[in-house]
Amino acid sequence: MSELIAKDREVVVPGQIVAKGMDFLPSQGTYRNKENVIANRLGILSVDGKVLKTMPLAGRYMPKKDDTIIGKVIDILVSGWRFDINSPYSAVLPLKDASFDYIARGADLTKYFGLEDYAIVKITNVTSQNLVDLTVKGQGLRRLRGGRIIKVNCHKVPRIIGKQGSMVSLIKDATNCKIVVGQNGWIWLQGEPEMETLVYKAIKLIERESHTKGLTDRVKELLNNKGGKK
Amino acid sequence: MNQEIKDHIRNSLKKGVRLDGRKLDELRPVELETDVLSTAEGSAKVKFGDAEIFVGVKMALEKPYPDTPDDGVLMVNAELLPMSNPEFESGPPSIDSIEASRVIDRGIRESKSIDTKSLCIEKGEQVWSISVDVAPVNYDGNLIDMGGFGALAAIKTARFPEITEDGVDYHKRTNKKIVVKKLPIPITVCKIGDSLIVDPTEEEESLIDARLTITSLDKDNICALQKGGDYPLSMEDIDAMVDLAMKKASELRKKLEAL
Amino acid sequence: MTKFKRPSGRKLDEPRKIEAEAGVIKKADGSARFKIGDTEAYAAVYGPRDLHPKFLQNPKTGILRCNYSMMPFSGDGTRVRPGPSRRSKEISMVTEKALTQVLDLKDYPNAVVDVFIELPQTDAGSRCAGICAASIALADAGIKMKDMIPAVSIGKIKDFLVVDLDGDEEHLDDNEAADIPIAMIPSTEEITLLQMDGIISKKDLKDALKLVKPSLIKIAEVQRTALKKKYEVEGEK
Repeated sequence: MSELIAKDREVVVPGQIVAKGMDFLPSQGTYRNKENVIANRLGILSVDGKVLKTMPLAGRYMPKKDDTIIGKVIDILVSGWRFDINSPYSAVLPLKDASFDYIARGADLTKYFGLEDYAIVKITNVTSQNLVDLTVKGQGLRRLRGGRIIKVNCHKVPRIIGKQGSMVSLIKDATNCKIVVGQNGWIWLQGEPEMETLVYKAIKLIERESHTKGLTDRVKELLNNKGGKK
Repeated sequence: MNQEIKDHIRNSLKKGVRLDGRKLDELRPVELETDVLSTAEGSAKVKFGDAEIFVGVKMALEKPYPDTPDDGVLMVNAELLPMSNPEFESGPPSIDSIEASRVIDRGIRESKSIDTKSLCIEKGEQVWSISVDVAPVNYDGNLIDMGGFGALAAIKTARFPEITEDGVDYHKRTNKKIVVKKLPIPITVCKIGDSLIVDPTEEEESLIDARLTITSLDKDNICALQKGGDYPLSMEDIDAMVDLAMKKASELRKKLEAL
Repeated sequence: MTKFKRPSGRKLDEPRKIEAEAGVIKKADGSARFKIGDTEAYAAVYGPRDLHPKFLQNPKTGILRCNYSMMPFSGDGTRVRPGPSRRSKEISMVTEKALTQVLDLKDYPNAVVDVFIELPQTDAGSRCAGICAASIALADAGIKMKDMIPAVSIGKIKDFLVVDLDGDEEHLDDNEAADIPIAMIPSTEEITLLQMDGIISKKDLKDALKLVKPSLIKIAEVQRTALKKKYEVEGEK
């Protein structure tokens, strides 16, 4: 007899037996040891029929093709720029993907992106050894001028964005700040100082309580009170 | 840091706003616990917001220095533990940790708040050596102020171990305490653009143009100074920084007086 | 043979009181505090991150690097000098070996996962406490691992096998006290740390390994609970 030991949506931890029996199938974040299906990372259990997997709750950002992320220029190369993308691996923006204009060899690359500049970029390729390529050609992709950067756990990004961008729109509307959320957990914002503080508080609230119910209401409450209530 | 971001943050500070919502002259919430470690003769755990450190006091019997035969020895050491921040590396002490050690040490030593004569057991033969170690658990800026505050708390609550024929019995603690005559509290005031702030977070620390650590004994007297940062300070800056530091120090001093 | 009374009043197979907490160091990618009796360990995980110098990189997998260190005021006697010693280097190495066997770092070629263990106070059993804390911290950092690694010591004092020796017990029997730190993978019952000093018979060693098992399983439960609690507490706020 097969038996599910842990519940769907439960926080499971490495070594925890989530199901017994051969009817259940291990997938991402779980493995089989004889009769048992066991979690092999911290995450939220997802039971999809017989398939058991976990959604990670923690861990550094790992680059994925087509992700839109925020990067910081850390080196200027012969034919492009190297970006820190808040990941174990850095990424390269090649000349051909840096501008719709033709950039001649030997041109002054700092005119496009200087050291320590931030940009919202898209990942075009990730190799097996985690060499990462970027582009800024695409809608909304650009160098980010001014503003400031805040850092959050990248696994909380979907909650910060919300369904169809509902959460981030809520924050933008309440604060009049410009906000750009990178999948890699870096967030750029620009607005009036008090409003930036309010955005920061709202985002930290979501990060802390991302997996709880009634989150949107608590964010609304914070924004309405202008974060003034301590 | 990127110049545009720097300008942006300076601009916020000019309007009196910090990202975490504090006022420019506001400390993060301060938490202090003493006597938290079984192996140290004195100990303190200090939190300023998310920044957290341990301070421990160890005592040992040693031969005094020949030129000060009836003075005990006090030494403060701070380490930037790689556990406490991704920027810190293993290896020999960095210049930042040496500076923190020396500035905290100077405040306590120069204030003469600890009577080193009272640490003498036998002139020329045996004195107490007091080692105070500052160990950050989570480094988020302002180690000197936290360390100086924690060091006093740990020293003030420390109790001497028993002296036996074989030396020191660390398992037996007496009720005897170190006599702390004054409470020298370091406060570092940081200048970013035209603004003066206290208790910087790690992010704010990275923006500092100049800083001045003012260790004060009470509302009137100063016992140590340390200027840091790449830019100079005007006379007016120094006036304002000293006033601010002494006001903030009295807030922290109250917590220590209660021990 | 008379019954042996432990100075602490514990049963022979009873470990000291344990506290564990995950996510205690905000700047770290994962972290934990593990306290057993008066021995307390903090662990922080940074990474996976870029590994330097480059010759240490492995293009097939990420590597684990552990660093065990006692805070200067954490020792039983006089101040412990900061910085590495022969002892701390060896403990760092065996800690690394004890943990690496459950980790899967293949997704992180050329990168390193750094674990820093610091002990603010110790009363015997510090390497085991460090391994326990590190194991929680690695899980907290979201690292793929097939199980937790619990660790505890078992010792022999005056002909009795006892679990989790404390400082008082270590000093009881100067002649033949044996101390065996052990770490285990609970799901497979394989041993990943095994050291000993002192003298013990072959039979006693075999019995010791059996006697210590329930304590290790209990510790693994405490480790898992600590991780889950981090998310419960947040949920209640």
